[in-house]
Amino acid sequence: MKKTGLIMGLFFFTIAMSAQEKNAKVQIEVDGICGMCKQRIEKAALTTKGVKYASWSVETHQLSLIIDERKTTLKTIQENVAAVGHDTKEVESSVEAYNNLHPCCKYKDEVIIKEHKDE
Amino acid sequence: MKLKIVYILLALMPILSSAQETFRGMVMVKENGRMGGLEGATVYWKGTEIGTTTDGKGWFTLDYKSEYEELVISFLGYRTDTITIDSNTELHHLLTEGNELEEVIIKTRRKTTAVSYLATSNLSNISSEELLNAACCNLSESFETNPSIDVNFSDAVTGTKQIQMLGLNSPYILIAQENIPSVRGASQAYGLTFTPGTWVESIQITKGAGSVVNGYESIAGQINAELVKPYSDDTLFVNLYGSDNGRLEFNTHFNQKISDKWSAGLYIHGNDRSKKIDNNKDNFLDVPLAKQINIMNRWQYQDLQKGWISFLSFRYLSDEKLAGEVDFNPSVDKFTSNSWGSEINTNRLDATAKVGYVFPKIPYQSFGFQVAYSSHNQDSYYGLQTYEIKHKSVYSNLLFNSIIGDTRNKFKTGFTFTYDNYNEYVNAIYSSRDENSFGGFFEYSYDDLESFSLIAGIRVDQHNKLGFFITPRLHMRYAPWEKGVLRASIGRGKRSANIFAENQQLFASNRVINIVQDGGKIYGLDPETAWNYGMSFLQGFNLFDKKGDIVFDFYRTNFTNKVIVDWENSQEISFYNLEGDSYANSFQTEVSYAPFDKLEVKFSYKYYDIQTDYKNGKNQNPLVPKHRFFANASYITKHNSERFWRFNATYNLVGKQRFPSTLNSPLMYQRPQFSNSINLLNIQVTKVFSRNFEMYVGGENITNTMQDNPIVSANDPFGSYFDSTLIYAPINGANYYMGLRYKI
Repeated sequence: MKKTGLIMGLFFFTIAMSAQEKNAKVQIEVDGICGMCKQRIEKAALTTKGVKYASWSVETHQLSLIIDERKTTLKTIQENVAAVGHDTKEVESSVEAYNNLHPCCKYKDEVIIKEHKDE
Repeated sequence: MKLKIVYILLALMPILSSAQETFRGMVMVKENGRMGGLEGATVYWKGTEIGTTTDGKGWFTLDYKSEYEELVISFLGYRTDTITIDSNTELHHLLTEGNELEEVIIKTRRKTTAVSYLATSNLSNISSEELLNAACCNLSESFETNPSIDVNFSDAVTGTKQIQMLGLNSPYILIAQENIPSVRGASQAYGLTFTPGTWVESIQITKGAGSVVNGYESIAGQINAELVKPYSDDTLFVNLYGSDNGRLEFNTHFNQKISDKWSAGLYIHGNDRSKKIDNNKDNFLDVPLAKQINIMNRWQYQDLQKGWISFLSFRYLSDEKLAGEVDFNPSVDKFTSNSWGSEINTNRLDATAKVGYVFPKIPYQSFGFQVAYSSHNQDSYYGLQTYEIKHKSVYSNLLFNSIIGDTRNKFKTGFTFTYDNYNEYVNAIYSSRDENSFGGFFEYSYDDLESFSLIAGIRVDQHNKLGFFITPRLHMRYAPWEKGVLRASIGRGKRSANIFAENQQLFASNRVINIVQDGGKIYGLDPETAWNYGMSFLQGFNLFDKKGDIVFDFYRTNFTNKVIVDWENSQEISFYNLEGDSYANSFQTEVSYAPFDKLEVKFSYKYYDIQTDYKNGKNQNPLVPKHRFFANASYITKHNSERFWRFNATYNLVGKQRFPSTLNSPLMYQRPQFSNSINLLNIQVTKVFSRNFEMYVGGENITNTMQDNPIVSANDPFGSYFDSTLIYAPINGANYYMGLRYKI
């Protein structure tokens, strides 16, 4: 049972672990506009292997991550986030991915931006 | 509020505010003793979408308008700071290391009561605001505005209220305070009245099996009450209450921050009722005379930088009740047949310690340890019968939270140790027993972040009376479409029945106690075990542009063993192991809707089918109505002003209830097969004068619904037919009250 081993390991060596860089904190900017975007962005980030924790702020557009740097890179995460339609600083989403977004999530659309501002 | 005025002026004169200014500042951190700029920190104006991140040297620039009052600076692993900005001057701000603990603490004050859309289990939360709508005064009375919990009456002598969930009595509900099981064992009958309402910060109700983390005892559901905490509670709080049936209550809270890490609170409650009332003229007091002193002292330690949080709590309770015939005088009439009376005196001591630690840089990983000790002594007599119970209890739980891979897969694991020592005198017959258990649990939860989540828990326990056993529980949530949530749960619970403590009302009758021993280890009886499973569907909707939701619940509890409490012979009460079936089916539908701004209405219909194979055949459980209807409306005149009115009304229609058989009594002492259905209405009006002061008036049972002749053979309380337990309606009629709350 690999997982059991892992859990036991976590249990006894957590303090040692917390200092290692396999729990690196990073923040990247991701464009989006609403709660649905948040769900989509976080899911895209979390389903990237090596990403342990993801939280995107609707207000600041910052995606806070805890990642295992040995298993993933910021670039990979940004590609995965862009693949579901959200622009990041380094990777722009394809027109196709953006068009697939739910109508209320079209963060580049002036009308949608305005609607969300009124909320 | 100067800034508010400025804000209003600016809002009225948009031309003035259109001038563009920029605000510049630097975010710094201390690393290895040296200050330096922090790259990537998030900075934004609170309540706006205007934000940015700091550059490589920690600098940021933002658009500035003087109406922006507060600047929020955050970075993962550091404390989020909110800074009040009075003028546009360059800001230098040092972030301190910390984590999200603080947020968790503050968020416990939620505004509305609601069935959760997101929780995997069937969870509803009663907020502190909702708790204000309950008429009075302690935990047992806090559920009157919530349809998931039913409030019943146990007997006509002590006037104790009992709660039920899914049609099952409170022993089948795990009632915890801050996740430490508290209303259990000796405190089962009156324990809910031992926590003053003002001490309760919020209540979480889980229908169905519940989590394995807090033990194996829950069967119908779990109720957890969070108590006020020194760090977040008001510095000073005073509550006074008086009612026309002579009940006086007073509560004070004192909270003090001792240092940046320590806070302490002292909470004092007292209540007194010394007015004798006998409105139904049966020569018995309608409500007992009572006195209670209840003191709690709490210490809270929190070091957010390092991730530690800890609570130490001490409680002392002294509760006295005097009930019985109006002219009963204990110093003369006790243990004589001059006059029937009862005194129930309880002393209780509680001490708990809790420590929690969140790994500062890994917000999803934490551990917690809690240990609780209580000593409960009840000394009582009912007429010529005596009942005394001493219960010492230790509960300890170690819990570790983390993830597997990423935060979609979380787990909780740990150990529980419990010890209970009971010493009981039932009419001078002594019995004692020790119970102890040691167990481990593992609870895995999965969330796909969209529509599906589950919690699968298992625990194994070794218990000296219940043996070695496994408790599995599973909860699932699936959201098939927008605002629709389907939930299912299944789980098992096991417990030892404290037959006397849980059914104390039997002493307020002259029934002969008959225990049909079967060689079991608890009073010669076997432990109780049951499976509970159910489904629930929640759908949110918009009607005339207003939000509402509708819930359908179905739950079934199936006992594999149960200690049957058989009241079906009016001369006797029998306890025996279940042979055959005992089940409780419950169906509930609930609609809540806000037809106008600030008006909220809730309707609920409940159907209970609860049957047991008694010695003399299968029958509906007595004194549980098949049908219940509930309606609640609350209205607040203004949300955004300091002065406003709050109105709340609750209506209950309780269907007919089956009386236990009284066929072997003389005709004059018989009861019909079924009771009437009853209507109950409570109303409360609160006037909030300011943030500091409010007053309320209200009426309970204002339709003046009362049971005629609640006590069987009230004129001959020492005769063999005397029985005060056949109760389906309030004993006392309408009751009006008023009170005030003052806080700083």
